[in-house]
Amino acid sequence: MSSFIAILSRDLNLAYRQGMDSVMVVMFFVIAVVLFPFGVGPEANILARIAAGVIWVAALLASMLSLERLFDADYEDGSLEILILQPITLEIAVAAKVTAHWLTTGLPLIIAAPVLAILLNLPADGFAVLISALALGTPSLSLIGAIGAALILGARRGGVLLSLLVLPLYIPVLIFGVSAVDAGLGGFPFKSHLLALGGLLLATLALCPWVSASALKQALRS
Amino acid sequence: MPSFSGQGLGCFRGGRLVFENLAFALQPGNALVLRGPNGSGKSTLLRLMAGLIQPLEGQIKWSDSDAGITDDPDLHYGRTHYVGHADAVKPVLTVTENVTFWARLRSPQSDVAGAIDKLGIAPLADIPGQFLSAGQKRRVNLARILAVPANLWLLDEPATALDVDAIAALCDAIAEHRAAGGMVVASTHQNLALTDHAVLHLSDYITEDPALV
Repeated sequence: MSSFIAILSRDLNLAYRQGMDSVMVVMFFVIAVVLFPFGVGPEANILARIAAGVIWVAALLASMLSLERLFDADYEDGSLEILILQPITLEIAVAAKVTAHWLTTGLPLIIAAPVLAILLNLPADGFAVLISALALGTPSLSLIGAIGAALILGARRGGVLLSLLVLPLYIPVLIFGVSAVDAGLGGFPFKSHLLALGGLLLATLALCPWVSASALKQALRS
Repeated sequence: MPSFSGQGLGCFRGGRLVFENLAFALQPGNALVLRGPNGSGKSTLLRLMAGLIQPLEGQIKWSDSDAGITDDPDLHYGRTHYVGHADAVKPVLTVTENVTFWARLRSPQSDVAGAIDKLGIAPLADIPGQFLSAGQKRRVNLARILAVPANLWLLDEPATALDVDAIAALCDAIAEHRAAGGMVVASTHQNLALTDHAVLHLSDYITEDPALV
């Protein structure tokens, strides 16, 4: 547990001092969403209809944007090698790094989402569901992404490869995330969709740190 | 008393057999210096000793237990300090923060200030890593291993980029570590002033058998 806190606080400290990563992710999110009214026209009903999907897809892409650096910076400067050689559980170290990634990228997306929802004319009934769905879904995105980020270490053009590996795995989160909001807007019960997102989160939480840690060991032992 | 030994070690890397049938043994207080031309497998052997990679054949053991070091990696990592080529100094963290992070992962009790002082970087304690020279970064990396004690030090070219004073400080630290019963394995091209150390010439173990190459 102390190693979890030590790594989490170091990564948050690094993110805070380097600063730009979180800002860029949120800026990308905002710009990607703002492009849609230009593309599909300012028809308020159409925008309201696609708002949830647009916000979710933009959130997926924004979350993926920063994944490449999750382990890469530590890999390049030798920190990852030393981290593996510490008497700590590597899975806990991965969980700490993913938590830091979510706090610095996922959380700002959740905060920015309501503003964009207003911009896209999402009806007021959908706001609470959208925020809850994002809160349950974005940690899963960071966790799934950690597998991809570990697998691409040492690869050339890792960023493109990462998107090919990770985006298909994001589809379940996207489906339940969007359908939760749609159900909420249509006046249907949306609890089951949120429960499915919660289930996905628990499954990724139980699986991804282990898969990611063994991919990291592979990367350094080759 | 703990000892550290390897028997019949062979390692296959990058499509070739780097060395074979290599053996070494260390007792408390011993130092082993690895020598050999570039590419003879000094770093590979140190990575084997650290438990980072597995040997193709042979076994590395701690004391006389039957288990190899990779059977319980965390136990081995806890008694080993490894210094590789990369210094793992974060550019936006200060010297103290860099050393403290690694020390905290090992033990809540650590002597970060003392370690920094021993390597002569106390005046730089609050300077971010990005302003350090290569030699200063190497000193930070070495301070990491001084801050928390461990039984075995594996040093891959530790004197790279260090000036005369820093090499002397490193040699003092190694002598102190050995006096306390610690063991050291170091690869080096320079002459570290170590007293009565054993030397392993890796060029003696390069395989000649063309069928294996």
